[in-house]
Amino acid sequence: MPPTSRTPETEISLPDKIPITLTVNGREARLKLSPWVSLLDTLRDHLNLTGTKKGCDHGQCGACTVLVDGRRINSCLTLAVMKDGAKVTTVEGLAKDGVLHPVQQAFIDHDAFQCGYCTSGQICSAVGLIAEGKAQSADEIRELMSGNICRCGAYPNILAAIQQAMGGA
Amino acid sequence: MINFQYSRPGDIADAVRQIAADPRAKFIAGGTNILDLMKYDVERPAHLIDISRLPLTGVEETASGGMRIGALVPNSDLSYHPLIEARYPILASAIRAGASQQLRNMASTGGNLLQRTRCLYFYDVATPCNKRAPGSGCSAIDGINRQNAILGTSDACIATHPSDMCVALAVLEAKVHVAGPAGERVIAFEDFHRLPGKTPERDTNLAPNEIITAIELPARGFAKNYTYIKIRDRHSYAFALVSVAAALELEGKTIKEARLALGGVAHKPWRNKEVEATLNGQPATRESFRSAADALLRDAKGFGHNDFKVELARRAVVRALTQAAQGTPQSQSNKKIV
Ligand SMILES: Cc1cc2nc3c(=O)[nH]c(=O)nc-3n(C[C@H](O)[C@H](O)[C@H](O)COP(=O)(O)OP(=O)(O)OC[C@H]3O[C@@H](n4cnc5c(N)ncnc54)[C@H](O)[C@@H]3O)c2cc1C
Ligand code: SF4
Ligand code: FES
Ligand code: FES
Repeated sequence: MPPTSRTPETEISLPDKIPITLTVNGREARLKLSPWVSLLDTLRDHLNLTGTKKGCDHGQCGACTVLVDGRRINSCLTLAVMKDGAKVTTVEGLAKDGVLHPVQQAFIDHDAFQCGYCTSGQICSAVGLIAEGKAQSADEIRELMSGNICRCGAYPNILAAIQQAMGGA
Repeated sequence: MINFQYSRPGDIADAVRQIAADPRAKFIAGGTNILDLMKYDVERPAHLIDISRLPLTGVEETASGGMRIGALVPNSDLSYHPLIEARYPILASAIRAGASQQLRNMASTGGNLLQRTRCLYFYDVATPCNKRAPGSGCSAIDGINRQNAILGTSDACIATHPSDMCVALAVLEAKVHVAGPAGERVIAFEDFHRLPGKTPERDTNLAPNEIITAIELPARGFAKNYTYIKIRDRHSYAFALVSVAAALELEGKTIKEARLALGGVAHKPWRNKEVEATLNGQPATRESFRSAADALLRDAKGFGHNDFKVELARRAVVRALTQAAQGTPQSQSNKKIV
C-alpha cells in the first residue's frame, strides 16, 4: 500500500481543516478534518469505531461497507468532508437495546463467517440489500452481495443467513 | 493520498468558474474513480471541486419522447428507475452488470462516462504509460495485455474504456449535455469518447473546464429485442473482457434495424454502422449474425495475452444478436446463457 500522505510537486498551502458534523449510529459527532481523510479512516481513527474494516482501500472488497443515509456504500472511496451532515450507520450501530439486529443474529445462527474480517461489511451490506428490496431469489442475493468478498469462502452460510433475515428459511 | 484543497460550489456556474480558474483542479462526484486513482498517485489534483450536491439529480421525460438524466443520478437509482426499466431495459441491464451495488450507489451518471482505463500500467506509476505520462511509451503493447484492446488501437496506446453503462448509451445514441465558460453544448455519444491515436492522454472530447450536466436518451429504447452480455473472469464484480449490447427492430423474422456496441475491446464503446447496416433486411438467423460478427471483427488484432478476445467477441456478438432476436435478454443475476 502506498504511504498515505505526500507533498505534491509544487507547493500549495496546506488547507485548513474543515469542520463537519456526522450523525454516527444516532450520535452527533463534530469533527475537524483535512479534506483527504476518507470516511473509513474517520470512523476508525477519529471516532474509534474499528468495527468497520479496511481490506483493500480501493473499493474492491466491501469490508468497509457502511450505510450513509440508509444506503450501503464503500467508506474507503468517500471523503468524510463530502458527507457533512449525513447519518452514518456502522456495524456498531445495528443492535438496539442490547438485542442484535436480525442480520447479526442470522450470521451467528448460520455460522456465516470464519476469520470474521469481512463480516461487518457483509452485515452492513446485507442490511442495505434488504432495505433496497430488489433481491428475492438466491441468485439475486448472490449478485447483489457480490461487492463483499469473503476470502474464507463463507458464502453459502452468508447466503443462508441473509435468507433467514429476509424471513425465508 | 496527496494534500489538496476542497471546495463545494453553490451552483453549476460556480462549478464552471472554479474549474476554469484552476488548471490543477478536478471535479469529484461519486469519488469512486478519482479517489482510487489519487490513492495510487495516478491523479494528482491540487484542488477537488465537490459537485456531488449540485441539483443534477432529475430523471425526466423530454418533449421529444426521450428522457433526460441528470449527471449526478447514482447508477443504482438510474438502473431501477421505473421508466428506464420499462423503456430502456438495455441501459438498466448494462448498469447492473457493472461494479457492485455499493459502488453503483455512489457512482454518478457523469462520472461513469469519465472513468479512466483499467490498464494495469496506467495504474502503476513505476512503469511507462503514454496515457498517464505522455511520451513515456506504452508498457502494455509488449506486456501483460489480457485486458487491453483489439480494435481501434494505436502504436501509442491499446487501452480499453471500462464502462458497461456507456456500451448501452452508445447503442441508444444518447447525447451528452455539457456546460463550460463559453456556454452549453451537446455532444453526440459517438463523438464523446476518443480513439487513442497519438494523444491517448485525452480520453474524451470534453474540455477540461467543462462539466457534464445531463445525458439525453432519444425516444427509441429497443425495449423488446435487446440484450447486454458481459463476459469476464468471474461472474460478478469484475470488468468486462468482452461485452456486447445488441438492439434489434424486427418485422416478423426480418431485421429492420440492428444496433451493436462492444465493450472491453476498444478505447471507446465500439460500433461499426456499416456492419450494422448489412443486417438490415436480412433474416434474423444465426447465419446473418455470424457474417456480421465476422465483418465486425475482421480488422481486430490481439497483442498476445488478449488474442483470445477476437474469437470471444465474435461468439459474443452472435449470442447477443440471438438473444435479442428471441427477446430473451441475459439475466444479470443468474447469468444463464439463453
Ligand atoms: C472495484 C471497482 C469495480 C468497478 N467495476 C466496474 C464495472 O464492472 N463496470 C463499470 O462500468 N464500472 C466499474 N467501476 C467503475 C465505476 O463505475 C466508476 O468509478 C464510476 O462510474 C465513476 O463515477 P463517480 O461519480 O464515482 O466518478 P468520480 O470518481 O467522482 O469522477 C470520475 C471522473 O469524472 C470527473 N467527473 C465526474 N462527474 C463529472 C461531471 N458531471 N462533469 C465533468 N466531470 C466529471 C471527475 O473529475 C473525475 O475525473 C468499478 C469501480 C471500482 C472501484
Ligand atoms: S495501453 Fe495505454 S494506458 Fe496502457 S500502458 Fe499503454 S499507453 Fe498506458
Ligand atoms: S476497504 Fe473499501 S472496498 Fe475494500
Ligand atoms: S470470514 Fe474471513 S474473509 Fe469472510
